[in-house]
Amino acid sequence: MSIESSAAEIVEEFEMFDTWLDKYNYIIELGQELEGLDSQFKEQKYLISGCQSQVWLTAEFNDGKVYFKADSDAIITKGIVYLLIRVLSGNTPTAIVDYDLSFLEKIGLKEHLSPTRSNGLNSMIKQIKLYALVYQTKEKQR
Amino acid sequence: MLDIKKIRSEFPALHQMVHDSPLVYFDNGATTQKPDVVIERVQHYYENENSNIHRGVHYLSQEATSRHEEARVIIQKFINAADSKEIIFTKGTTESINLVASSFSKKFISEGDEIIVTEMEHHANIVPWQQVCEEKGAHLKVVAVLEDGSLDMESYKMLLSDRTKIIAVTHISNVTGVINPIKEIIELAHGQNIPVLIDGAQGVSHTKVDVQELDCDFYVFSGHKLFAPMGIGVLYGKESWLEKLPPYQTGGEMIKNVSFERTTFNELPFKFEAGTPNVGGALGLAAAIEYITAIGIEDIEAHEKELLDYGTQQLSKIENLRIIGTSDNKASVISFIFEDIHHYDAGTILDQLGIAVRTGNHCAQPLMKRFGLSGTIRAAFAFYNTKEEIDKLVSSINRVRKMFI
Ligand SMILES: Cc1ncc(COP(=O)(O)O)c(C=O)c1O
Repeated sequence: MSIESSAAEIVEEFEMFDTWLDKYNYIIELGQELEGLDSQFKEQKYLISGCQSQVWLTAEFNDGKVYFKADSDAIITKGIVYLLIRVLSGNTPTAIVDYDLSFLEKIGLKEHLSPTRSNGLNSMIKQIKLYALVYQTKEKQR
Repeated sequence: MLDIKKIRSEFPALHQMVHDSPLVYFDNGATTQKPDVVIERVQHYYENENSNIHRGVHYLSQEATSRHEEARVIIQKFINAADSKEIIFTKGTTESINLVASSFSKKFISEGDEIIVTEMEHHANIVPWQQVCEEKGAHLKVVAVLEDGSLDMESYKMLLSDRTKIIAVTHISNVTGVINPIKEIIELAHGQNIPVLIDGAQGVSHTKVDVQELDCDFYVFSGHKLFAPMGIGVLYGKESWLEKLPPYQTGGEMIKNVSFERTTFNELPFKFEAGTPNVGGALGLAAAIEYITAIGIEDIEAHEKELLDYGTQQLSKIENLRIIGTSDNKASVISFIFEDIHHYDAGTILDQLGIAVRTGNHCAQPLMKRFGLSGTIRAAFAFYNTKEEIDKLVSSINRVRKMFI
């Protein structure tokens, strides 16, 4: 599925909820679904700084596409990471680098998270894009 | 007995809806709300008295200068300093500590010397000393914290040595609310002629402070944690010490004579107040002090003790909730964790329910490490808080637990 259509799908899912608590309940549910990482990946090398909770992110490049896996010690963070991965993982580096993540605003996540929390969100996005950028550069060099 | 209803009506920021719930403000350790009298005092200053002080012969400048110096006297009386020149205006606790660390070390710290801090300090009372140690080749010694959050006084006694040059310790822990035996700490230090700086950021708002009775050499605090505006703070220093310390920053106000050959510095307290000070802030701080003094520090303490006891009792009933800092000598601060829910998750949902608590490491990473935690949830009660608000915290926590467990 393309980035745009998985993003649209998520926006639609969130439209079903009227209240913020319902939205968070859903994010918690998603967080519980996130596959997570084996403990060997939960180390400094994969840790994203700037989050109130710890987030570890790994990336793999396969057949021209980038696959992300992530984990966190907080469930809400896991849910947010789940959304990012669902939209971005399995796409080409260029598509990932170019995507503007506007779906976060559409589900109200970006405006709703307080500055320190959205710093965490921003750090996650930055790191995801950084991985994509590295693979994009590597591809060009080949 | 406090008239809480009346008091609450005097704090406009307490009356608002957050995410559709009435705000419950328990983040008083980070900063306190401001009463009308403080807000109005600052506004009155800018509307009627604003002008630069110590400089003009004109009416407004003289008025502003007088008010500023009156504020100094109000602060002096509040902490019972011997003289108003022992009160130095700063931006806040952080700047006060940096001032002492910097000026003290210029003259009194050399290679091989030791500075003592504790494991429970706020980063503001660690990093400036650590920097001094790095610059001077001195060593930072750290007093250990016991399992109940109190200081290990045996560890403190062991660390005192003839190389110790200064001791910097917090009055009340901003994480656990534990009150340190600062009088005893000071006495032991003075037995060896070592000066002591007390970080009073959390101290002044919860308990009566008498710097002469304590006999501390320096006592520092921030206005904004004492119901006053941000950007104003205090360094109290014994005159004998302040006379000995070289200036911190240089420039206008703090000089007596300037020529290109030589500058002579002004007298206390102006020697440490370079540049245009925060006059409005100083007046706001004086207004805040008059306000809480009129209510009565003893009554405030008694009400807060009630909140602490009630909160501790109610929170202790919650499954898998553990209070960090169980010493029985505490101010009205309760830090806690859930064994099964991340502090960030809990804090996020509590915020949705209109409860303002602080989550994270509280600028005290060494203390977090001591307890093997990445963070806690902190409810810090001020005198305008109520048992009903604590009940709301408890019922909100129960909702949080239902969401995650
Ligand atoms: C114990 C303690 N020390 C120092 C500080 C720093 O105060 P400020 O940021 O007002 O300078 C704080 C504030 O959180 C504190 O709680």
